[in-house]
Amino acid sequence: MASQANIQELEKTASQVRRDILRMVHAVNSGHPGGSLGCTDFFVALYFHILKHNVDFNMDAKNEDLFFLSNGHISPVWYSVLARSGYFETSELNTFRKIDSRLQGHPTPEENLPGIRIASGSLGQGLSAALGAAQTKKLNNEDNLVYVLMGDGELQEGQIWEAAMYGAHHKVDNVIATVDYNGQQIDGPISEVMDLKDLRAKWLAFGWEVIESNGNDMKEIVKSLEHAKSLTGKGKPVLNLMKTEMGFGVDFMVGTHTWHGVAPNDEQLTDALSQLEETLRDY
Amino acid sequence: MAETKFTFTEKKDTRSGFGDGLLEAGRKNDQVVGLCADLIGSLKMGAFQKEFPDRFFQTGIAEANMMGLAAGMTIGGKIPFTGTFANFSTGRVYDQIRQSIAYSEKNVKICASHAGVTLGEDGATHQILEDIGMMRMLPNMTVINPCDYNQTKAATLAISEFEGPVYLRFGRPKVPVFTADDQKFEIGKAINMIEGSDVTIFATGHLVWEAIEAEAILREKGISVELINIHTIKPLDEEAILKSVAKTGCVVTAEEHQRNGGLGDAVAQVLAQNNPAPQEFVAVNDQFGESGKPEELMKKYGLDADHIVAAVEKVLKRK
Repeated sequence: MASQANIQELEKTASQVRRDILRMVHAVNSGHPGGSLGCTDFFVALYFHILKHNVDFNMDAKNEDLFFLSNGHISPVWYSVLARSGYFETSELNTFRKIDSRLQGHPTPEENLPGIRIASGSLGQGLSAALGAAQTKKLNNEDNLVYVLMGDGELQEGQIWEAAMYGAHHKVDNVIATVDYNGQQIDGPISEVMDLKDLRAKWLAFGWEVIESNGNDMKEIVKSLEHAKSLTGKGKPVLNLMKTEMGFGVDFMVGTHTWHGVAPNDEQLTDALSQLEETLRDY
Repeated sequence: MAETKFTFTEKKDTRSGFGDGLLEAGRKNDQVVGLCADLIGSLKMGAFQKEFPDRFFQTGIAEANMMGLAAGMTIGGKIPFTGTFANFSTGRVYDQIRQSIAYSEKNVKICASHAGVTLGEDGATHQILEDIGMMRMLPNMTVINPCDYNQTKAATLAISEFEGPVYLRFGRPKVPVFTADDQKFEIGKAINMIEGSDVTIFATGHLVWEAIEAEAILREKGISVELINIHTIKPLDEEAILKSVAKTGCVVTAEEHQRNGGLGDAVAQVLAQNNPAPQEFVAVNDQFGESGKPEELMKKYGLDADHIVAAVEKVLKRK
């Protein structure tokens, strides 16, 4: 269990990561700040507290936990957290989305960026990869866990449900899949674009263990991920339905799909950064 | 008709070559795992499943997930072989292969049976004739289309020892077994089957046997045919192609695939850049197939030995 001091440290890191995200997308006037900000607390909790991982990157990750990002468009938060964890220099965040960069718009191992094991961007594919990697862990007699994050809009892809069926049928119980349940997608609220209806009931019906959590409260996130860990190894994969708000941490970005794929201008950046403490020095 | 330069004592399906090759690969390397989307019998994966139940994964009728699973399984060192029909191994899951396997440089072996019109009675929905084109367009992808049981078995073993994404294409019907059972399969290395001087036939897959029969017919007509088996369409053995065409000066390509995007296009590209030469294409001409017996379809869609003979006679006039 994380102490109060730990939680405060994680919150400070999250503030810095949010600054990184905003500065990265602003610098190239492109990228996806909304989902990145909404999932910042989750990423920080995962990489700085939950995940057993080695920043000396090895593709095969023997005896390490694994993380897959299925909704690859929120790459800014992942890149920031990887850099802040020590996978590569934070100065490299300056290259995001620029020519010759390892920090592609959507993540890929092709550029050999430490921390990335599979490409994502075209939606719906990450859960399958996570289940495959988890089965390899079992075949290799490793007791490490495999984490994956998906967007909620992404659950409209059919492959997700193929994977959901497979995970339960094959009892891939070393996987913790989290859904970023922010209720928004590019064209508007999910309820209007293509309603997901009762997600909890859907995952339960597919045979998963389901927990619900608040993804914008550090203490809650840590608690829910530790709870999720306690549910692994019992014959069912675990689904963490994590409520977040898109754009969380910046008052004029929060709770709307407007900032899904739009970068702030100079003035908006100044306003946004004034709301987020620089805790670890800007890159 | 003159005797063919290769003979056979039995007919076997290339998919059985895959199944037997997979079993042997599994015995040689415990990192080899199998995945199948509800076609274990058709893909001849039953023996592997029986001997290695812990290393075999039934995915159900869900090919997109199967490709993603396979990509994920490589992380930690497994060598996944996916099995389903060629149609469902390519067109149905193109984006999964593109992003999770090819772009991600994953060591997945996509093994595809029932390719082409020789699938037969099931008809055009299942007779994919575009798969070679789709797969050879993908960066990082190796594309292999062996010609008989022995070569398919050898290819299956070879790709288990090769690092990188591979598309291995084979078929349903029983066809002559005419290559050596102890052959070593070299990825990317064309095989000069018959030496000749008037024309080069570059053939792949089931069309290699048809080309062997065509050569016998043409020999009787006094035409000297060089026959090269292009089992690896990507990377293409450009050196072997250019060397042969420098000698013969004209080309016929033969494949159970659309003219667009297949072996013929690949060879034409090499020749256009290096040594332009008259070329005729024995391939399906921008059509879908239909139900029928394999040999009926080969004839109707212009893929049998007689059509290769006609193509050779035509190209010789253009020399």
